[in-house]
Amino acid sequence: MNTANYLVDITMIMPELTLICVALILLLLDLVVKNKEVLAAVGIAGTLVALYGTYKLFVFHAPQSVFADMFVLDGYSNFFKLIFYLNIILTILISLKYMTIEKASFGEYYSLLIFATTGMMIMASAADLIVLYLGLELMALSTYILAGLMRKQLRSNEAALKYFFLGAFSSAILLYGISMTYGLTGTTNLREIAAALQTLNIMESPAVFLGLIFLIVAFGFKVALAPFHMWAPDVYEGAPTSITAFMSVGPKAAGFAVMGRVLFEAFGGMQMQWNSILIPLAVITMAVGSIIALAQTNIKRMLAYSSIAHAGYMLLGIIAGTPEGLASTANYLMIYMFMNIGAFAIVIMLRREGFQGENLDDYMGLAKSHPLASALMLIFMFSLTGIPPTAGFIGKFYVFMEVIRSGYTYLAIIAVIFSVISAFFYLRVVMYMYMKDPKEDVTLTTSSTLSIALAITAIMVLILGIFPSFLLNLVRSSIPG
Amino acid sequence: MLKYILIPLLPLLSFIINILFGRNFIKDKAHWIAVPAVAGSFILAVSAFMDVQAGNVINVNIYNWIVSGNFNVTIGFLIDQLTAIMLIVVTSISTLIFIYSIGYMHGDGGYYRFFSYLSLFVFSMLMLVMANNFLLLYFGWEAVGLCSYFLIGFWFHKKSAADAGKKAFIVNRFGDFGFGLGVILVYLTFGSLDYLKIFSNTGIVLGQTINIFGNDIDLITLICLMLFCGAIGKSAQIPLHVWLPDAMEGPTPVSALIHAATMVTAGVFMVARCNPLFSLSHTAMNTVAVVGGVTAIFAATIALVQNDIKRVIAYSTVSQLGYMFLALGVGAYSAGIFHLYTHAYFKALLFLGSGSVIHALHNEQNMQNMGGLKKYMPITYGVFILATLSITGIPPFAGFFSKDEILWRAYSGGELGKFLWLLATVAALLTAFYSWRLIFLTFHGRFRGTHEQEHHLHESPRVITVPLMLLAIGAVAAGWVGIPPLLMEHGDKIGEFLAPVLGHPHGEGSHAEEMMVMGMSILVAAAGWFIAYQMYVKKTDLPMKVGAMFQPLYKLLYNKYYVDELYSRIFVQPVLKLSDKVILGFFDAKIIEGVVNGVPNLIGAFSNKFRKIQTGLLSNYGLVMAIGALAIIGYIIFMR
Repeated sequence: MNTANYLVDITMIMPELTLICVALILLLLDLVVKNKEVLAAVGIAGTLVALYGTYKLFVFHAPQSVFADMFVLDGYSNFFKLIFYLNIILTILISLKYMTIEKASFGEYYSLLIFATTGMMIMASAADLIVLYLGLELMALSTYILAGLMRKQLRSNEAALKYFFLGAFSSAILLYGISMTYGLTGTTNLREIAAALQTLNIMESPAVFLGLIFLIVAFGFKVALAPFHMWAPDVYEGAPTSITAFMSVGPKAAGFAVMGRVLFEAFGGMQMQWNSILIPLAVITMAVGSIIALAQTNIKRMLAYSSIAHAGYMLLGIIAGTPEGLASTANYLMIYMFMNIGAFAIVIMLRREGFQGENLDDYMGLAKSHPLASALMLIFMFSLTGIPPTAGFIGKFYVFMEVIRSGYTYLAIIAVIFSVISAFFYLRVVMYMYMKDPKEDVTLTTSSTLSIALAITAIMVLILGIFPSFLLNLVRSSIPG
Repeated sequence: MLKYILIPLLPLLSFIINILFGRNFIKDKAHWIAVPAVAGSFILAVSAFMDVQAGNVINVNIYNWIVSGNFNVTIGFLIDQLTAIMLIVVTSISTLIFIYSIGYMHGDGGYYRFFSYLSLFVFSMLMLVMANNFLLLYFGWEAVGLCSYFLIGFWFHKKSAADAGKKAFIVNRFGDFGFGLGVILVYLTFGSLDYLKIFSNTGIVLGQTINIFGNDIDLITLICLMLFCGAIGKSAQIPLHVWLPDAMEGPTPVSALIHAATMVTAGVFMVARCNPLFSLSHTAMNTVAVVGGVTAIFAATIALVQNDIKRVIAYSTVSQLGYMFLALGVGAYSAGIFHLYTHAYFKALLFLGSGSVIHALHNEQNMQNMGGLKKYMPITYGVFILATLSITGIPPFAGFFSKDEILWRAYSGGELGKFLWLLATVAALLTAFYSWRLIFLTFHGRFRGTHEQEHHLHESPRVITVPLMLLAIGAVAAGWVGIPPLLMEHGDKIGEFLAPVLGHPHGEGSHAEEMMVMGMSILVAAAGWFIAYQMYVKKTDLPMKVGAMFQPLYKLLYNKYYVDELYSRIFVQPVLKLSDKVILGFFDAKIIEGVVNGVPNLIGAFSNKFRKIQTGLLSNYGLVMAIGALAIIGYIIFMR
């Protein structure tokens, strides 16, 4: 490969390069600009530029791989990148006021968010285990810092440290998996791995299987599958709420993106094997998420367990083992982003100077004093439960349908049972808001950016619930059969 | 394209705006949004009608709601000749009734609520008639039922109104259950829900049977009868007619729009729409015809002795719907739709006229307390006379042409047809009698109400009388598009117009026979008037005497054949008893409560146990992860 080709290749990673430049500029700007809102605006503007770049690449270039087949641009990666873009924009919108209240309004905040997003984008496009690892570490290191950004708060420090240690642990496991796979197939490229498994005829080999298990464990950590979920509740609770929202969507989506690509492209021929691991993991994850959430009184912790349970539902699409199944998982992630960030935005509204607003009791009688905010929370809770006509229903419906179509009807039944159980803790929030008397007066912190984020998320949850085919057509055309 | 979407969209927007902003902002100006919306729909409907007349049948899918393998849920419109006529009927009458409601509902506390529900109803009804597939039809079908429930119980603080709403809803469940099964069966049989796909592919069901409890049942007959179940409920035919008279608890404009002109005719529309299916099954066709014919005469007999002005008209509606089904059943689909169309005008007029009377008398509905209103309310009286001439079938008023068409098609439709013709002709006699009885009791003689009421008697304001007069034009002239060829060459324009969708009815008979049928129908109409005139104007003591002479029969009719009591005894009370004793006492208290409380307690206990694993200690977390990974490896080794 000569240099001229690399110059062509570089245009293909322009969005990622743009984001890195924006992040660096933000670091510099932070030194001269006192108003943090300017930084947020620059961050959003930079993201939009990158989004436009991805759109242009999508329009003008057929799916292709660049940098010696290490980096692919296809519908699959583009769809996930769209999730990451929307995720970071919504996160910035809900952070502005909140980070000031938490006295953690640092300029690094925005550049770290962008670095993490760049990492996720590299993960979505990775066609090589080394590139995958690179993206994953970029994302992970940034989020470790973000989780601990409230330096004065003990629980924030604790969250960052726990996340870091356990993350390092999972990275080590990932490297085990990568090195074993490399050792057995002689390559780190996903397509070549598939080809090598075929030609060397080692699909039945326990060593290959061991490598596969290590990879799944490491990805399972990122998306918070039980029993690798232990970090999630503590980190979600301790991290700044806006970061919790960011982390509950971004790394999860990125984790599913790489899990889908690695399993389908590299280990596509070993579907029986990986399903024998994923099916019990999915059941355990749904069970742990839904059941332990029942006992939570802190809403951030409850949403953490809820996010674990949702990882279980999303996994069903991968278990289905078809491109349509993968599309249903991607679709679920997009929907999950809107409803989860929406719910966290409401949680953020309750936080004000000298008041945490994280306990379920704080939601008592909220509907009387703040009908609009309560109505929005109701929409998000309904959507998380999966009640039509909200988007959450559509997400679950398609995942369940695909898993049934692949012949795992019993998994769909189990998932529905856990959905019913999960209704208990989602609807408990609604019940507290609408049927209990307020304990004390709750004033909400509002800001224009927070309102915009809430409007976007609520409208999308309803629109995608009533008119889902727009999104479905998008995801289906992105992930062709 | 946009034009057709706007037809249902305008009322929907009116609903959304009124329901969201009605209570706080719009209040008593709700009609400023609702009336222009339906009027706009009407104008667009006329334009759509002209498109169809010019030969452009529109069949377009607008939005794919769910696409999943070969199961598609589409929102799509089919605007053909049948739909075009329904569009005109629905939007024109809605517009007039919306205007009328401005006056009638003036000052009501739920003014905005009334207009928002009414708009939602118009939207749903338009979706029902414009659908190009069974699922959207079903959506519209259920949505109009829901609106009907809201509007019957509009004055929900009145227990009778709330009960009537519930009754309508529950009775319709029975019919809709069958209808839903019918739709599912259609999908299973044809693999599609799209009208045109199904209707162009009807051949595949011929000779197919389905085995139910060891009996082979003809598939197409089963499908048609299931679908017809829905029509029986919605269009209030025997044995599910009981909800419609009670539905008169709703405001009068609602009775006129929903329970006379549009919603209740949805069943007729649906059967006509599915005519390619029904035509394949003799059994189903005969069932439709007999149910229609029997209902026509059954309801007419009840109407003879009722005293509540709206109930008389309600039973009259049931009876006239019976006529329509009779026509469909003998294969004269266009005659059924023709009667639907004329009936919409004269029956809406009768209801709105009675509303005008009730309004003037401050909610008095008992005709025995009326009388002599002719001189106080000349316009109302005038339009009432026109509507009555129309419904009784006096030429050249609208009802004559459509009713005569049905009678002739029945007569010429074979042996069963002759019997049905006899039923229908007797029903026509009864119709004439009760219609004129209503006029004479209400408008003739002397006023029998209180002095207080007499003092306040007045003609209704313009906003009420103008829609009445406009409807009267329809009641007089609507039939002129369907003059039988016997009287005028190429007079049956509506039959020709509908022929591409509904076909030509077969039947044979000479001109002489046709003249005889026509003569009979005019004769019985005149006879009905004569008897009513004798009894209620000339010898006013006669009704009492006749009532006393046929005491048991009178009581039977007055109590509506005791059908309500029968249902109450057979269905309602046992169900209540069952639910009280078994469900509430045993299932609810023991099993459901046990499960409802037990399972969460169990899960809660689990939850508390499992929660303890989350110790907060970093080393424990790492340990769990490691054990997890090892467990997977162990599990794999073990499983091999």
